Amino acid sequence: MNAFHSRQRFILTILKNTPTILFVVIFITFSLLDQRFFTWANFENIISSSAFVGILAVGMTFVLLTGGIDLSVGATMYISGGILAVLLVNHHWSVLPAILVSMIAGTLWGCLNAFLISKVKVLPFMVTLGTLTAGRGLGLLITQSNNLAVPSEMRFGADRLFGLIPIPIVILAFVVIAGVIILQWTAWGRQIYAMGNDPEAAKKAGLNTGSLLASVYIVSGFCASLAMVVAVSQQGSVSASFGEGVEFRAIAASVLGGTSLFGGVGAVFPGTLIGTMLVQMISTGMVYLQVDLYLQDMVSPLVIFFAVFVDAQRMSLIKRLERRNIRVEKTVVQALTEKKASLAP
Amino acid sequence: MDDLILQFCKVDKSFFGVPVLKNVSIDIQRGHIIGMIGENGAGKSTLMNILGGVVPFDAGNMLLNGQDYVPHDPASATRAGIAFIHQELNLFTNLSIAENLFISNFPHVGKSPFLNKVRIRTKTQEYLAMVDLDLSPDTMVDKLSPGERQLVEVAKALSQDASIIIFDEPTTSLTARETERLFGIIQRLHMSGKTIIYISHILRDVLQLADEIVVLRDGEVVQTGPKKEFDIQKMISLMVGRYIGTLYPERTSKPTEQVILEARGLSKAGIVHDINFSLHKGELLGVFGLMGSGRTELAQIIFGTETYDHGEIIVDGNRRTQQSPVKSIQQNIAFVTENRREEGLLMVSTVAENLGLVTLPKFAMPVTNVMRQSALIEAVRNVVSLLHVKVNDAFKNQVKGLSGGNQQKVVLGKWLMNNPSILVVDEPTRGVDVGAKYEIYSIINDIVAKGAAVLFISSEIEELIGVCDRILVMGFGEILGCFEQADFHREKILQTAFREGGK
Repeated sequence: MNAFHSRQRFILTILKNTPTILFVVIFITFSLLDQRFFTWANFENIISSSAFVGILAVGMTFVLLTGGIDLSVGATMYISGGILAVLLVNHHWSVLPAILVSMIAGTLWGCLNAFLISKVKVLPFMVTLGTLTAGRGLGLLITQSNNLAVPSEMRFGADRLFGLIPIPIVILAFVVIAGVIILQWTAWGRQIYAMGNDPEAAKKAGLNTGSLLASVYIVSGFCASLAMVVAVSQQGSVSASFGEGVEFRAIAASVLGGTSLFGGVGAVFPGTLIGTMLVQMISTGMVYLQVDLYLQDMVSPLVIFFAVFVDAQRMSLIKRLERRNIRVEKTVVQALTEKKASLAP
Repeated sequence: MDDLILQFCKVDKSFFGVPVLKNVSIDIQRGHIIGMIGENGAGKSTLMNILGGVVPFDAGNMLLNGQDYVPHDPASATRAGIAFIHQELNLFTNLSIAENLFISNFPHVGKSPFLNKVRIRTKTQEYLAMVDLDLSPDTMVDKLSPGERQLVEVAKALSQDASIIIFDEPTTSLTARETERLFGIIQRLHMSGKTIIYISHILRDVLQLADEIVVLRDGEVVQTGPKKEFDIQKMISLMVGRYIGTLYPERTSKPTEQVILEARGLSKAGIVHDINFSLHKGELLGVFGLMGSGRTELAQIIFGTETYDHGEIIVDGNRRTQQSPVKSIQQNIAFVTENRREEGLLMVSTVAENLGLVTLPKFAMPVTNVMRQSALIEAVRNVVSLLHVKVNDAFKNQVKGLSGGNQQKVVLGKWLMNNPSILVVDEPTRGVDVGAKYEIYSIINDIVAKGAAVLFISSEIEELIGVCDRILVMGFGEILGCFEQADFHREKILQTAFREGGK
């Protein structure tokens, strides 16, 4: 091949792996700014505290792949978290049945989204904005807006599996693996991609688009419930602001990882996982750099917006570079003919 | 002797009380290629949509292999062995070829929910070999050319074990070479005993391929018979319902010597190279080029939706400095794009809304920018009647519901409202039936007669020879030749386009 093509391929490779490169660059930058950042303990801390956002983001990736959106994940966390805390604190249930019941409740909230979107056919944005608002109200009703501290058996967030890996990381890993298997290795997953690419064609191909669409919102509701369990186990309580604003971080994580808001493009691994860690790293990094606490809430969305903006630019650049050219440029032609001439005896 | 695979018996269908199919009866022999022709709105697509399970029929019945056949949805038509290759391909561009083939019916590993990727790959390889596609099953569909995608659709039909394959206008986005390849494959399918229904406006192709020809007009079968009973002239008169002596309207004006648009050494790396031409007032200048010759890109550069690296564009004696569609519209340049569905029209908006798009600012009151509704309504009414757009209510009906020819008239009308002095039209008659083609040529002739200049881009040599004053030939991103009206010669133009006969 010639120089022109290999350079182009090099640029393309860089552009396609931007999330990973961004991750490394930001990690190194923070490490240079503060030595405490570049430690195994901190790295583990970043993954561990991003676990619940990661679980949300995996569910969100399913939804975004269909071209939809789920704004209600934070509210779902609050409803199921409220139920969990009330069962544990007020009714003295033991941990496992309480988790089970609260997760079923959260998943049912996802089913409500699924029903309204796939059967009543209201736009996902409107439906989940509604279930977000109503859900926070329901959560307040359940907890009576109390700050409920859960008993110590529920605070397993700092425990380690076999004394090695923190439980939240184990659960995140489990969810990511399940997400990859479902999306890449089952007909269900591949059909989600197909529907996200062209819903009309999916219908014509005989796919059951209604149940496919419903399934992603149920998955998202389930993931939100599981994320709740992880968050409660780490934070040890359910307050009135529990789960507030997490939808932004979940969507940002998924999009930073390369998921398209238009549907059909994206992957749980490595994309969403790296996106999650990026989001977490930015907020952790600011704590280390002692950025004003009130500024932090403004800075991290700004950084995320910037990253998404870069992402959009990158996608259009990739598209332009991958376009088929009509003519082979003179220089290349000349190079080839010269080569031919030199080979001739 | 008769071995009928499919029979339509007195099939009726109406949409909202308007009959689109009346008493349609057709017998189709197993293993034949049926060419189906008719104007837009004649009912071909509806008939095929009924066969493919996309829409239900009202009365009559269909027999498949002698059995009653009532498809409830596309999936049941597929199961019955009917594959429908739509004009707009139904492939998922974010998936691989293999996944596209098996999307509705993936093989699993045993009874587990996991895909048997090995089997999917090997099976796909077999089907790709049947259509002569030398591609890896893992290739993503968005990397394929339109021709390759078409063949993937055929492979998909084969993978579903279809016995009847319907092609609806399969060649509209293919290059000449890809078309030839597709015809080869169709012949091979024919040999292996498949029944094929081939729908096209390109009558020459139908005549070449079909064993039998069915002509539809206004929802009725006007004639069926073996190919030898037909010639192109007869096909046209049957479709249109009257004798059409000439395909092209008479020109009423002559070009002037006054140059209105000039391109000097236009180049863009990898796209076009050293483009020089001048367009005169009152001239109809044809640009002949096949798909991928750079013709559309040239049009985009002239209109300002694409940039260029070198050279200059001179409009009315002034060198263009700024490149943008807004600037072009101010200079009264109009651009009828190649793809009316995606680039030319807002499909779900009304006819009136589409017509008003370009000239909307002219109907706004000064300062407040409030629309002068009555003036706009009046202007829309004028254009609709001037161009004979067939629409019940231009202010209520969506463009989506119009036939291809009428949609194209709306695109033209949108620009005509701005009184263009330079009009660039890119494949204005693609997917448009014979009658509407004549009307579109007439509209363009009128524009030219009023003193505008037209750049007419097309891959149909006949229509360029029929309507143009001069023809430029494009290929490989360059202008390869220019023919004056006296030298118009089909073969010579083609040879030039392919760079045959010397460099």
